[in-house]
Amino acid sequence: MIPAAFDYHRPKDIAGVLALLAEHGDTARVMAGGHSLIPMMKLRMTDVQHLIDLQDVGGLSGIEIGSTSIRIGALVTQAELIDHARLAIAAPILREAALQIADPQVRYMGTIGGNVANGDPGNDMPGLMQCLNASFTLAGPDGERQVAAREFYEAAYVTARSDDEVLTAVTIPMPAGGHAYEKQKRKIGDYATAAAAVQIVNSGGTCSSAAIAMTNLSDTPVFSEAAGAALVGSSVDNAALNAAVAAMLEDIDPTEDNRGPVAFKKHAAGVILRRAIERAWSRA
Amino acid sequence: MAKKMHIKLKVNGKEEEFLAEPRELLIYTLRERLNITGPHIGCETSHCGACTVTINGKSVKSCTMFVAQADGADITTIEGIGAAGNLHPLQEAFKEHHGLQCGYCTPGMITRAAKLLEEIPSPTEEQIRFGMAGNICRCTGYQNIVKSIQAAAAQMNAAREAAE
Amino acid sequence: MKDEISRDDRVANLKGMGCSRKRVEDARFTQGKGNYVDDIKLDGMLFGDFVRSPYAHARVTNIDTSAALKVPGVLAVLTAADLAPLGLHWMPTLAGDKQMVLADGKVLFQGQEVAFVVAVDRYAAADGIDAVVVDYEELPVIVDPFESQQSDVVLREDLVALDGSIPPGAHGPRKHHNHIFTWSAGDKDPTLEVIANAEVVAEASMYYHRTHPCPLETCGCVASMDKVNGKLTLWGTFQAPHAIRTVVSLISGIEEHNIRVISPDIGGGFGNKVGAYSGYVCSVVASIVTGKPVKWIEDRMDNLMTTAFARDYHMTGKIAATPEGRITGLWCHVTADHGAFDACADPSKFPAGFMNICTGSYDIPTAFLEVDGVYTNKAPGGVSYRCSFRVTEAVYFIERMIEVLAIKLNMDAAELRRINFIRKEQFPYKAALGWEYDSGDYHTAWDKALATVDYAGLRAEQAQRVADFKAGKTRKIMGIGLSFFTEIVGAGPVKNCDILGLGMFDSCEIRIHPTGSAIARLGTISQGQGHATTFAQILASEIGLPADSITIEEGDTDTAPYGLGTYGSRSTPVAGAATAMAGRKIRAKAQMIAAWLLEVHDNDVEFDVDRFVVKGSPERFKTMKEIAFAAYNQAIPGLEPGLEAVSYYDPPNMTYPFGAYVCVMDIDVDTGVTEIRRFYALDDCGTRINPMIIEGQVHGGLTEALAVALGQEIAYDKMGNVKTGTLMDFFLPTAWEVPNYETDFTVTPSPHHPIGAKGVGESPHVGGVPCFSNAVQDAFRPFGNIHTNMPHDHWRIWQMANKLGLHG
Repeated sequence: MIPAAFDYHRPKDIAGVLALLAEHGDTARVMAGGHSLIPMMKLRMTDVQHLIDLQDVGGLSGIEIGSTSIRIGALVTQAELIDHARLAIAAPILREAALQIADPQVRYMGTIGGNVANGDPGNDMPGLMQCLNASFTLAGPDGERQVAAREFYEAAYVTARSDDEVLTAVTIPMPAGGHAYEKQKRKIGDYATAAAAVQIVNSGGTCSSAAIAMTNLSDTPVFSEAAGAALVGSSVDNAALNAAVAAMLEDIDPTEDNRGPVAFKKHAAGVILRRAIERAWSRA
Repeated sequence: MAKKMHIKLKVNGKEEEFLAEPRELLIYTLRERLNITGPHIGCETSHCGACTVTINGKSVKSCTMFVAQADGADITTIEGIGAAGNLHPLQEAFKEHHGLQCGYCTPGMITRAAKLLEEIPSPTEEQIRFGMAGNICRCTGYQNIVKSIQAAAAQMNAAREAAE
Repeated sequence: MKDEISRDDRVANLKGMGCSRKRVEDARFTQGKGNYVDDIKLDGMLFGDFVRSPYAHARVTNIDTSAALKVPGVLAVLTAADLAPLGLHWMPTLAGDKQMVLADGKVLFQGQEVAFVVAVDRYAAADGIDAVVVDYEELPVIVDPFESQQSDVVLREDLVALDGSIPPGAHGPRKHHNHIFTWSAGDKDPTLEVIANAEVVAEASMYYHRTHPCPLETCGCVASMDKVNGKLTLWGTFQAPHAIRTVVSLISGIEEHNIRVISPDIGGGFGNKVGAYSGYVCSVVASIVTGKPVKWIEDRMDNLMTTAFARDYHMTGKIAATPEGRITGLWCHVTADHGAFDACADPSKFPAGFMNICTGSYDIPTAFLEVDGVYTNKAPGGVSYRCSFRVTEAVYFIERMIEVLAIKLNMDAAELRRINFIRKEQFPYKAALGWEYDSGDYHTAWDKALATVDYAGLRAEQAQRVADFKAGKTRKIMGIGLSFFTEIVGAGPVKNCDILGLGMFDSCEIRIHPTGSAIARLGTISQGQGHATTFAQILASEIGLPADSITIEEGDTDTAPYGLGTYGSRSTPVAGAATAMAGRKIRAKAQMIAAWLLEVHDNDVEFDVDRFVVKGSPERFKTMKEIAFAAYNQAIPGLEPGLEAVSYYDPPNMTYPFGAYVCVMDIDVDTGVTEIRRFYALDDCGTRINPMIIEGQVHGGLTEALAVALGQEIAYDKMGNVKTGTLMDFFLPTAWEVPNYETDFTVTPSPHHPIGAKGVGESPHVGGVPCFSNAVQDAFRPFGNIHTNMPHDHWRIWQMANKLGLHG
């Protein structure tokens, strides 16, 4: 498996990245860890003439934990998310999810920016970011703009990011309450058959807020406002769980693949979601 | 053909400089350009880990990295982990506990295990199985690989304690 | 002379049979100093790779190589038209068929080789492949062997006569243009009669899905034609290097003495590397054409899509019994999907391999087996994936039929096995389908296994779990998987086993050096089994020199004696026997030398561990080391100098290892996720040469079995596209998905093998697949499951639960 030839660029700053994007248009691709892009290039399933490697670009690393939000640079790897002690306290769901992505070597290379930016419906971080109501910072020729994760994904591999923009950071409002990231997969290294991200707040036995998103059950991640709403005001009892699952099943649109037929995926989605809510609630 | 790049690497402590196409995959650089044939090619899609090397302190699958990305990097392969007369405890332990059969996954397996024991010096069985999950072995069923890593960890910890 | 060390120490110093000698191979492998085929680098070496068909069935109307030839670094593009003048555009298969080396007017499976691009490096070759333009005209695709036998679509026009008639194939008459052979064993009418008159008959149809051996190293080779001396050297991933030499000679016309085939270190085989592939032929041709060495290495997708699948058997069975559970008859029909060309790797007279071992471990008086081989638009192959020629299919079939019969009889499946086992005193046992089992003690093994796992306790726990599930207290059910298998390995007696006419003997040649060390060369080739370690142990015990002083060499046809290679667990039963027999020849000569040195009659000395001693006078002896030196420095009347021996061993029979496995599994009926709580494996492989290596083989074979049973498959869509072409979808378990195994053993030596060893490498796979599958199916037995096909991946288990109404 040998990719087609390309020119390689390693700019030092965002201005350099943007200049290259402006010059080469859609023949250029931005790459962080490369673990989504390189296999596609090796299989010659994607045509890249100019590869822009972000590794030397300043300002894209680091995890900043503020009082109301967390900012994570695009080049922060899954391994760094897992190893960050303060992040594990501030937003433990990130660690829980990152540990369920791929394997140790891939987590050393795979970045949060790459995971959220390329629009692969199998990736775990997009759904999680929607659950957490994160926003993405996009740098472009006209400066920076923020796009909510819940608005970012349009179709498989199609996002709100335009070809001349680069995703530089993820900002997450400080999560509150209990969390769970529940993922069913066939084996290590697989995408989810179904995965659920849940962040839920318990106010004296009553759910006061709930955010729920699922992964790999549609051509985009699925944030289900209705599923969250079904829990709010309840004691997260069986009726509320049933209502949340029913709401989510209205919102997902899985397709058949080697992981199974649609009926199975819907069933698994319901089971995984119920478990995620129960676990998150037990921690809330 | 894209233009060649001037690449500098440090591999197993040795500086290397050469011209290469950016698309050259690091595994081929090591194996074919530098004749470092310990790391192997198994799946080419970053699942099997036979090509695992350590790059700037991280375990990396070298089939999924272009040589251009590695420019300037410090790389360690199985050849740099230990050699005759000065074997790494993992190399001894894999021999002692039958942690290999055909040997094809072994260089990647030991290279990853060496890093794992830096991350977690006294791993539980579960931590070993999870921490080695990026390396596939078709022969051993992993049981003796786990045993080998446990034995090496015990030996390394004992040596550390003795040194302190 | 007084001994300085005890006899026990002398035995230990040899590191002979029965000890867990550490492997001599490992020093190299743990330091990254293995020498696999892709490590070979020769001056001026070129790279070749294939343009492959994206279609499963299509006419190739044009191949335009002009743009490819303009790609910098591309030297040549070979097509069938280039090979045809040499007669190399087709090649014979191991199964008496022929197959295209490069597409000759049409393609018959996705990934089929269409053109071979030769370039200065891999990058130029890949760019060249991209630039070859092939025009295809799509044809109807058949991926179902039942549909194939009804279809008007002719897959193999080359096998239909001009008048439209169907000439017979290599295995007799053909019933349809897409039919390959019908092969049968046993007595048809008596079996049908037993079944018609039986009080109890259980029936099942089962599909043993297509999968792939998928060793971590793919197939590949380096061909180097030296035009100066006319010699061809071919390095490659060959499980049978000598047979490859003969095949290359037969198809190329190069005399065999001018061909040197070398199998270097092999990164796992499991059957994948038995066959002869287009890459080998094209590399040889390319090297002849260019005068330079040519390397070809498959990538993983090529490997999974094109070289050597395994299984793909549709099996239907009927088993007859008395109401008490005594089995009276067995009928089996198989529809075997062989893909586009019949390239199964079986002994010539056995087009369905040893499927006729399907009466298993049971005393079944009457049986009949019939197999129909069929062409489809899938890759050719049909190798024995870690098994001896379809034994895995046979054992899966009978171990499922036993379970299905137990359900019909409402009987415990362990007890049903027990009352039908061939009894110890019945060995050697002549089975209804023709084989003569050499030795066995099944009841002892079974009782030990069931006692160790507390079988009664497990059944009680399972009953409680069923009650809890029905009461809504749990969503996890529990399965107890049982299997008792008998293998048939060590092919085989030349009288009935050959491949391409080559008898399936094997060989060993030993040279003892003057200072008491030795080299032994064999016709086999290790792919991880540790031959360099274990064959030296056999010899150490036979000739009394330390294993550490014995080098084992295999895989170079210029130096090793001719042998049929390593697959089908044949190395220990055949080459291991040859090693022992050659060792005994050494010992016989050593006895004469010792007697002469000790000045006694030949019969007055006897062998003792590492020496010959004068009978009754243990203080008078000559060590083997001393004898070795004497062989080279003494003029002994009537004896030639030197100490060498060679043995070509034609086994009188197969060997029949057996084992008892138990798996305890928990299953989440909502997600289909399985969890293996316990796995117990008792193996009886006869005499045990190296317990450490046996245990390692068992762990590995069980893990491959787990993969096959729980998800590993080569799946096609209706258009013949391979859906499982990378390791994302083709299931190879990691350490995270694999349990710890408990191993155990009994020892029932083979009576006809010189050291009583039977072979073990494949037993855990053969016995493991039905054990894992039975665990899944047993969990659902209380809810009405009779038989459900593998692989038992999450969605298919969910589907089982769903069909049985377990989702409310």
